[in-house]
Amino acid sequence: MSNTDREDEQMREEKTTFGFWVYLMTDCMLFAGLFATYAVLRNNTYGGPSGFELFNQKFVLTETLILLTSSFICGLVVISARKKDMDRLVRYLAITGLLGVIFLGMEIYEFRSLINEGNSWATSAFLSSFFVLVGTHGLHVFVGIVWMLLLQWQLLFKGFKPIVLTRVKLFGMFWHFLDVVWIFIFTFVYLLGGLKL
Amino acid sequence: MLGLLTNFAHLSGKTDPVILGAQIALIGGIIAVALVITILGRWRWLWYEWLTSLNPKRIGVMYLIVAFLMLLRGAVDAFMLRLQQTIGSGGGEGFLDANHFQQVFTAHGTLMIFFVAMGLMFGIINLILPLQIGSRDVAFPFLNSLSFWLYLVGVGIINTHLIVGGEFAATGWLAYPPLSGIEYSPGPGVDYWIWSVQIAGIGSLLSGVNFFTTILKLRRKGMTLMRMPIFAWSVLGSMTLVLFTFPILTVALALLALDRTFAMHFFTSSFGGNPMMYINLIWAWGHPEVYILILPAFGIFSEIVATFSKKRLFGYTSMVWAIIAITFLSYIVWLHHFFTMGAGANVNAFFGIATMVIAIPTGVKVFNWLFTMYKGRVRMSQSMIWFIGFLFTFTLGGMTGVILSIPPADFQLHNSLFLVAHFHNMVIGGVVFGYMAGLTYWFPKMFGFKLHEGLGKAAAWSWIIGFLVAFIPIYMLGLMGGTRRFEKFDPSLGYHPLFVVAGIGVVIIGIGVVLQVTQLIYSILNNKKLADKTGDPWDGRTLEWSVSSPAPEYNFARLDEVNYRDEYWERKKTPAADLVKYKDIEIPKGSPIGMFIGIFAYLFAMAVIWHIAWIAALSIVIISAFVVARLNDDDIVKTIKASQIEKIESSYGGM
Ligand code: HEM
Ligand SMILES: [Cu+2]
Repeated sequence: MSNTDREDEQMREEKTTFGFWVYLMTDCMLFAGLFATYAVLRNNTYGGPSGFELFNQKFVLTETLILLTSSFICGLVVISARKKDMDRLVRYLAITGLLGVIFLGMEIYEFRSLINEGNSWATSAFLSSFFVLVGTHGLHVFVGIVWMLLLQWQLLFKGFKPIVLTRVKLFGMFWHFLDVVWIFIFTFVYLLGGLKL
Repeated sequence: MLGLLTNFAHLSGKTDPVILGAQIALIGGIIAVALVITILGRWRWLWYEWLTSLNPKRIGVMYLIVAFLMLLRGAVDAFMLRLQQTIGSGGGEGFLDANHFQQVFTAHGTLMIFFVAMGLMFGIINLILPLQIGSRDVAFPFLNSLSFWLYLVGVGIINTHLIVGGEFAATGWLAYPPLSGIEYSPGPGVDYWIWSVQIAGIGSLLSGVNFFTTILKLRRKGMTLMRMPIFAWSVLGSMTLVLFTFPILTVALALLALDRTFAMHFFTSSFGGNPMMYINLIWAWGHPEVYILILPAFGIFSEIVATFSKKRLFGYTSMVWAIIAITFLSYIVWLHHFFTMGAGANVNAFFGIATMVIAIPTGVKVFNWLFTMYKGRVRMSQSMIWFIGFLFTFTLGGMTGVILSIPPADFQLHNSLFLVAHFHNMVIGGVVFGYMAGLTYWFPKMFGFKLHEGLGKAAAWSWIIGFLVAFIPIYMLGLMGGTRRFEKFDPSLGYHPLFVVAGIGVVIIGIGVVLQVTQLIYSILNNKKLADKTGDPWDGRTLEWSVSSPAPEYNFARLDEVNYRDEYWERKKTPAADLVKYKDIEIPKGSPIGMFIGIFAYLFAMAVIWHIAWIAALSIVIISAFVVARLNDDDIVKTIKASQIEKIESSYGGM
């Protein structure tokens, strides 16, 4: 026993991880609110185009596969962190982020083409709720990418400090969470919305 | 470049005396405080000991101070409303026209709920919860300071229009669209409301994460959930609700803001928007919110009743289950706020019955308190006076609540003064009385001296009597058909006499407030005489009483295992005589970053309200930079030496 009563590393990691789970749950509630709003408003096209006319499912499927791949590689990130394999860790982290950037780029492209065709968020309640639901997910992905960059930087300068490793783990949780949310978006917005009912 | 501020000139053209008075009071107050600090040479002290502190006991005190100032403003608003209604029901014009009256009740409701009730709640939780569960700190000290600053930013935004001129929202405290949409409320008033509530709400959400984690992860070794004091349980229930509902508030406000700022169509009356969606979202947060506020009050009373009856709390297990049941049920009743808005008979029946069912666990708690007092050695301290007041008024409010939960009755009473009387019955008789009881009970633990008993009792009685005189007539007016949110009533309706009585009640409440301020000043001046040297002035039962008053920065010098529910009570029976050596203790260093983030959050909100995109974007970048700076800082703890601890501990001779 040392002479200092300090929180031990394990306790710190445990409470941080738990707290992050709790935060993710609140984020889940946030998306639940947006999903509910989308569900209520999705048919309120006000004479404008519906999802069936707007969505390009092949394009979105590509987006989905890219995000899924990045999520898989993010799993490898966490494993390399546990093995303290710096080389792999940095490399996988970079690939995860890169795929995230591609995903985000595609989403921005999709948004831009919708707007250029005159179907902006101001067109109808349906489009407002579409842009905000998908856009909020996109915003999260953006935050994830910035986070990833900061992690790279910290790994470079601080190495395998316990706190940095905890953050890698939290980043993994966050990225998988975004993946799950996207699966819901893909299913409810694009797949079901693309059906002509 | 300056967005809507370019047309600022036309706003500040007309000043009316009410706003002018507020401006003078606010600006004068700020200058006076700054002067006093400068004269006393206390800036450094303020900065290091308070503003940058990550110590929850300090943060808690800051919450309390701000909440009290806002209580004063909210009470002045309430006084103006009632005075106007009294004059306006007797045929006079009064001093507030319809639009001003609307702004004042909107500000009053928002202030009282978000900045008074929530502020008092988080203040008390910060000060007491870690002590009660035997912890040295909260789970995330920095996040805690950030929450406080975001709360303060909310306070700042809602008061800004008083200083810069212009209007506040005139939409009611929940700002229903389409009225609150850009089409019908084109001015910045609703935006002030949105961003004030939004930023404070995010602060509350972060606090929710923090305290939820604190309770579940930082309890003292041996303190199982079923050994946890009831106050901690009630906070756990309350924080669970925060986690599940504040994100919904965030969504509702964000969508309303997007409608207003980016011409979206979530809640507009055309382009397919659906205002009912907002009303559902806001009440899915709003109803649980009142339970977020009342649960800790229940917890406070449980502690007080047990302590002042010198008995173990009756029915601990049933209390826990009642808290859990209320937490769950309060989540599925929100529709009772709009029975009249066309959901249909079956849906109304479900929500009506679910609402009535909440009366059962609440009744369980009331009986448990009564049985705790039964055959106890009850001491009628000032905290107990608040409890007695609570017991009667809250039961009354509960019964009128059950009346309102019957859909056919609600069709008559919806939006009436009966409703106004009902919810004030709950928030004054329940929340305010509860927190006042808690403050008088824990005051010695917070500040090291007791509050004067006589003045406190007089204040409590004034509040209780004042409340009844002020709101029983409002119940009656509601039954007579009086509608809420009106500044004038035709004299032929005969409402005037009852409004006069209600006005007298408000004056009595006002006397209560004055007595409280007097009590506070008197007790501060006589703090030597009222000092609490033992750390245990009421013969308490739970761990917070086992340390000195006020508690040392590190809370507990030693982390002895907990073996009982009323741990400290048991320890007092068999004092341990072992002399264990103290160890150094690590605690978090202060940090100004929470405040810096707050400053830029305020700037961000102002920029959005005034449509100055570049300032908004810049603020976000700067906030992110501060977050990164904090995350990158490894030098965040300081050590208190064992020798120092020994000195502190022996100076009060506790165990
Ligand atoms: C100090 C004693 C108080 C008095 C005399 C008072 C008086 C009033 C009055 C006259 C109104 C307007 C009623 C109407 O619409 O006709 C009002 C509304 C309201 N009050 Fe109070 N109030 C008091 C304390 C509180 C407290 C402590 C809270 C909450 C913690 C609170 C929350 C509200 C809310 C939410 C509204 C509704 C505002 C709206 O219609 O949008 N009040 N109050
Ligand atoms: Cu309710």
